Amino acid sequence: MCNLKSLNIQYLSSNYEKNMKNNYSIFSLLKNSLSYHENWHQAWRDPEPKKEYDAIIIGGGGHGLATAFYLAKKHNMKNIAVVEKGWIGGGNTGRNTTIIRSNYLWDASAGLYDHALKLWENLSQEINYNVMFSQRGVMNLAHNLQDVRDLKRRTHANRLNGIDAVWLTTEEVKKFCPIINTSPDIRYPVLGGTLQRRAGTARHDAVAWGYARAADAMGVDIIQNCEVKGIKRYGDTVEGIDTTKGFIKTKKIGVVAAGHSSVIANMAGIRLPLESKPLQALVSEPVKPIIDTVVMSNAVHAYVSQSDKGELVIGAGTDAYVSYTQRGSHDVVEGTLKAILELYPIFSRMKMLRQWGGIVDICPDASPIISKTNIKGLYFNCGWGTGGFKATPGSGDLFAHTIANDEPHKLNASFNINRFVSGDLVDEHGAAAVAH
Amino acid sequence: MFIITCPFCGERDQSEFSAGGEAHIVRPKQPTELSDDEWADFLFMRKNIKGVQFERWNHAHGCRKWFNVIRDTSNDKIHAVYKMGEKPPTK
Repeated sequence: MCNLKSLNIQYLSSNYEKNMKNNYSIFSLLKNSLSYHENWHQAWRDPEPKKEYDAIIIGGGGHGLATAFYLAKKHNMKNIAVVEKGWIGGGNTGRNTTIIRSNYLWDASAGLYDHALKLWENLSQEINYNVMFSQRGVMNLAHNLQDVRDLKRRTHANRLNGIDAVWLTTEEVKKFCPIINTSPDIRYPVLGGTLQRRAGTARHDAVAWGYARAADAMGVDIIQNCEVKGIKRYGDTVEGIDTTKGFIKTKKIGVVAAGHSSVIANMAGIRLPLESKPLQALVSEPVKPIIDTVVMSNAVHAYVSQSDKGELVIGAGTDAYVSYTQRGSHDVVEGTLKAILELYPIFSRMKMLRQWGGIVDICPDASPIISKTNIKGLYFNCGWGTGGFKATPGSGDLFAHTIANDEPHKLNASFNINRFVSGDLVDEHGAAAVAH
Repeated sequence: MFIITCPFCGERDQSEFSAGGEAHIVRPKQPTELSDDEWADFLFMRKNIKGVQFERWNHAHGCRKWFNVIRDTSNDKIHAVYKMGEKPPTK
């Protein structure tokens, strides 16, 4: 049985390689350079929807595309579609600050996010697309005694779960990132910090494009500019979706609509424990390399890294009110920049180039929902709040498992929708709610 | 970012206010008789509407009074403001 299974996997993966007709490699790069890079093959098709699919994923962001990819690759479901209202990766996938880490407090979260981190480590090879995953480390700063206690506790919890984490003293923080102001007389003095060296960043657009291309190569239809207008049910079973491109029949619907999850849930007649709020980020003008890691500070809500183009990538906070406007309040950005300037006086004359917002769906316990629902064939992957990007591969993998088997994987069993009834919450507010 | 007309103080910047979430969620009269599903519904489930939503706001950096706002969450336009205990204006 075991042998058969591994044979099957080998067969599938060789099939997958064959389907990747236009593999990206040093040779394809050389070949295409001869024709001035004008003959690169289209990365994915632009098909019209078929009448019926075995499964439909609503939402063409990183999580949705990853779900389709793993459904095709691991669960041999080829007749599937991803429907996207706008364009691939135009939502939160392309709007986040690209931070990847797994240093969460609770066992359930540790399992989920470290599963994702392990997939990140091999993702560029797996999808034959350079996602520029860079394990430059993520450092979390402590500014008061409670921060110190919380972060030390989290470090111990991480290590018990096999996740690398170390505590740094103020001197070690300064050594690891010399531009931080560690003077004891500032408003938010640095009393120490934690470091996860395996954590880092990846290029978020490449993640969407890479998954889209790899899923498409296995026959997944990616249908852009196709807005879902209704979920058709027969009793407690789904029948299909009404879209701006007509009705599409299916038995399984996976909803990965981030900030718009409640809108889709409303179409299906179910309620979710979500609130959608604008989360902002901004980038500066590009400068020479100055910060080679990611520094986050939950207490003052500021986090910063530097992109490969040289821009400082700065994450601000969410607004406290529900809004779908993809912009945020100025005072939120102002608060973040004040904290950044005190921690990094060297940035005081930097000019900010762009600022934007994305709509994040926040759960009351700051943990996601990857779950079946009371409606047969309707699955939700939502509630990632301010920190979904880091989980993209793991989320897709576990959601694909849940859809294909109609049962959650053991790693996402805790993240069911029913936890809000049973009270068995995964309360990550202390470890994760503020900064992602 | 928008301006809210506090029914007590007048027009002020939104940053002076705290958002209190969905309005008109009635606290259960007999909590001991509630089922787990009903508790979950009361505590956690939210309409989270894209469009016109009824919500509570508090003028935290002003008169500190609570009141209700009808706001379109798709464009942050405020349609009406009314005091606690009042029926929402119909139009």
